[in-house]
Amino acid sequence: MARGQGAALDRKKLLADPIMMTTIILMITFLTLFILYPLAILLVDSLYGSNGVSLETFRRIFAMRNFREAIGNTLKVGFVVGILSTLIGLLFAYVEVYVRMHRFVGGLFRLVSMLPVVSPPFVLSLSMIMLFGRSGLITRFLFGIQNNNVYGYWGIVTVQTLTFFPVCYMMLKGLLKNIDPSMEEASRDMGASRWKVFTTVTLPLLLPGLGNAFLVTFIESIADFANPMIIGGSYDTLATTIYLQITGAMDKEGAAAMAVVLLCITLAMFAVQKYYLERKTAATLTGKASRARMLIEDRSVSYPLTVLCSLVALFVIMMYICVPIGALFPAWGYKFTPLTFKWFEQVFTRYRGLQAFRDSFVLSLIASPITALLSMIISYLVVKRKFRAKGFIEAVSILAMAVPGTVLGVGYIRGFANGLFHTGILSGLYGTGLILIIVFVVRSLPTGTRSGISALRQIDRSIEESAYDMGANSLKVFTSVTLPLIKDSFLSGLVTAFVRSITAISAVILLVTPSYLLITVQINEFAEKGGFSIACAFASILILITYGSVLLMNLFIKFFGTSRNMREAARNE
Amino acid sequence: MSEYRKKEPKGVLLDHISKIYQDPKTGKDFFAVNDVTLEMKPGSFVTLLGPSGCGKTTTLRMIAGFESPDRGEIYLGGQPINQLPPNKRDTAMVFQSYALFPHYNVFDNVAYGLKLRKIPRAEIHERVTRILGLVELTGMETRMTNQLSGGQQQRVALARALVVEPGVLLFDEPLSNLDAKLRVQMRTEIRRIQQILGITAVYVTHDQSEAMSISDQIILMRQGVIAQMGTPMEIYYHPNSEFVADFIGECNFLRGVVRDVRGDQVMVEVNGHIVTAAYGKDVMAGDECEIVVRPEAISIAREGLLPCRVELSCFMGSYQNYHVRVGDTLVKIADNCPVNKEIFGEGSEAFISFDKNCAHLL
Repeated sequence: MARGQGAALDRKKLLADPIMMTTIILMITFLTLFILYPLAILLVDSLYGSNGVSLETFRRIFAMRNFREAIGNTLKVGFVVGILSTLIGLLFAYVEVYVRMHRFVGGLFRLVSMLPVVSPPFVLSLSMIMLFGRSGLITRFLFGIQNNNVYGYWGIVTVQTLTFFPVCYMMLKGLLKNIDPSMEEASRDMGASRWKVFTTVTLPLLLPGLGNAFLVTFIESIADFANPMIIGGSYDTLATTIYLQITGAMDKEGAAAMAVVLLCITLAMFAVQKYYLERKTAATLTGKASRARMLIEDRSVSYPLTVLCSLVALFVIMMYICVPIGALFPAWGYKFTPLTFKWFEQVFTRYRGLQAFRDSFVLSLIASPITALLSMIISYLVVKRKFRAKGFIEAVSILAMAVPGTVLGVGYIRGFANGLFHTGILSGLYGTGLILIIVFVVRSLPTGTRSGISALRQIDRSIEESAYDMGANSLKVFTSVTLPLIKDSFLSGLVTAFVRSITAISAVILLVTPSYLLITVQINEFAEKGGFSIACAFASILILITYGSVLLMNLFIKFFGTSRNMREAARNE
Repeated sequence: MSEYRKKEPKGVLLDHISKIYQDPKTGKDFFAVNDVTLEMKPGSFVTLLGPSGCGKTTTLRMIAGFESPDRGEIYLGGQPINQLPPNKRDTAMVFQSYALFPHYNVFDNVAYGLKLRKIPRAEIHERVTRILGLVELTGMETRMTNQLSGGQQQRVALARALVVEPGVLLFDEPLSNLDAKLRVQMRTEIRRIQQILGITAVYVTHDQSEAMSISDQIILMRQGVIAQMGTPMEIYYHPNSEFVADFIGECNFLRGVVRDVRGDQVMVEVNGHIVTAAYGKDVMAGDECEIVVRPEAISIAREGLLPCRVELSCFMGSYQNYHVRVGDTLVKIADNCPVNKEIFGEGSEAFISFDKNCAHLL
């Protein structure tokens, strides 16, 4: 059947809409230039050398023993961290959704889910070394163990698990809440014990979700750069190997090929997660729970579970608290009294802290509104409009989620240091603050787009259609109807982008030039050199900034945000 | 023209319109709307009626411009509008979910379209106030939409569409979210306002009683094609197919053989008895046929046209509901105002009869 006319008319209506056309073209250009192109150039560079197309570079890197080891290490760490995080996340989610908790425990849970969001990715490595390392507070001064070695495999696994399990916890919590309690009650009613209900009803329903959580953590672990860098010691993962290949061995072709390998691994994981597990999760758990769940009040169940979770939570919180406290001791591991502010002072007097904070702050401040706006526009296009390139825009912005920062960093070096395709075009970009801003934007774009898409899906299509029908053009519809309705989501996208940018390290560490000082890069340097007190001082101020901006956002939403009633009114019936 | 409008209503012409969709499960293309041609006269109230999936909403959305027809051309006031996006079309739509802007109050919702047209403030104020008076919402201007009842929200949606004085007003099942009583009240209201304004209205619904009570013309659709169009009375008493007869209210079908045709009357033999029916289509003596009779057009008594046996007799308040067996055929009867009539109990024998003008040949 010929559908030509309808499609042609749709296209004509789109072409008659210059604002929409310009936006779409701009989006496609941005995504192609700053996400697709740097990744493509990696592949091209590693395949195409001075003597034509060959697998020479790949042969060379696979011949390196440390690279082969790094692949094994990365997968091993990722696998173990994935399993552990999923299990701890499941425990937390189960206790939160199923067990009647004391208010205090609820507060602990919230804090635990909040801390990794507002802190730079590597603070746990810092506190791990400070608490359990050679001169660790706990190992040496509590138990008298000298020379405890936290560096290496177990260090990375512990730190990454503690950093990533809150993500699993939040994901699984959402899923557990969607399980209709009447299914479990039916099973209970037919004589199943609580444990039996869990293993025969809850767990099978949750299985795809668990797989999903596992893979998400797996990808995060593989892509993590800062923790293996600080606590890995001689135990190298792919991300750190690539970094050392560039900064140490100055082998950019080799690093590009390694980046391709890393990218392939994460993309494969991501493909499974996105197209297989996520769909399955949605299929088994649809809709909302019809009724509130009867919480478990049986003390023989609730006490051990709550106590276990609280201990884990307290441990994690203690590790975070260790950072600001560490900055107050005169010399960590040697002299604990009197408490002093000298490290905080030195941040600004000796270590150019003011410049570092200003650079990080200003660059992130510029990047975050751009990110928030771009992700809203992309999600608007994806959810509300139909046009041919829509699939491309959606795919690329989601794909960016699976790209490790290190890979992106190498891609930018290869792609922009000598201009586009090494021709010198746009070469002025490299080494500027602008490219750092672009990296910040690209790194936060996927999360922003994802939350934007889910916010927009909640707005009934006919609300925008009616504005359109009344005579509003697409820009007017977006500014007068769509944007006011997703104001909250826009604001939180703004702050998330800011927090992510100011705490980012993996990509920018490869791109930053001496003219810019970034806090995270500074902290990383101090931590590597063993200057833990000064690193802690830097990190504490950073956490203060990020936590402050999140608080500010919540206040702002409370007073100026869309009211809850209104959001419900906008929802599909 | 009235005090509320300065513009003439516009007619709508659909010229061989088709819309093809892809079935998401099988991946096969199918016609959501298949070669529909129809004319809606300026100032008339036309209802697109049909079961879900019949293509009525798709047709409406093509007039509004949200969907593009794969074949054919749509004319509004004589002008082809296929190329125009929704915001350039002289239409205004009242949505099923009302689609009010939750961040605006009542006044700003209604004024939205006028502001887009850059109409001076004073005039906006005057027109909004007048239209809010028409839909009886005076005094509610500063309310937010979530502070309104369902019926009031419906009125705001109506006012918002009316105030821009569209050439044609489109309704997409506007009453389906209201409770039964309010639905009846609002449809009378919509009809009243449409009459006052003399505006062209295209109305989509799956509720046949709503369609009956509100329309000048009903277009009954099925699987993307027009099953029948005509005035409500034509469709009700002279359905052209079993589907139409059945969709518009309850219906009885009596099988028989044509014995004689006299002018506009047909003699039909049903179970060995001769009954008279109005001439519906070309038939000749000897043809098999079906007579369509509405339950309320049949009376039951000790004497009459056809003998029957009562299988169910049930008091419904305003009428006595009978299920009787005529030969093998089940016939439903709604005997109005049964208070002074003889009530036939289950199992008793009786006769049914009906006026020849209420019986229609299929």
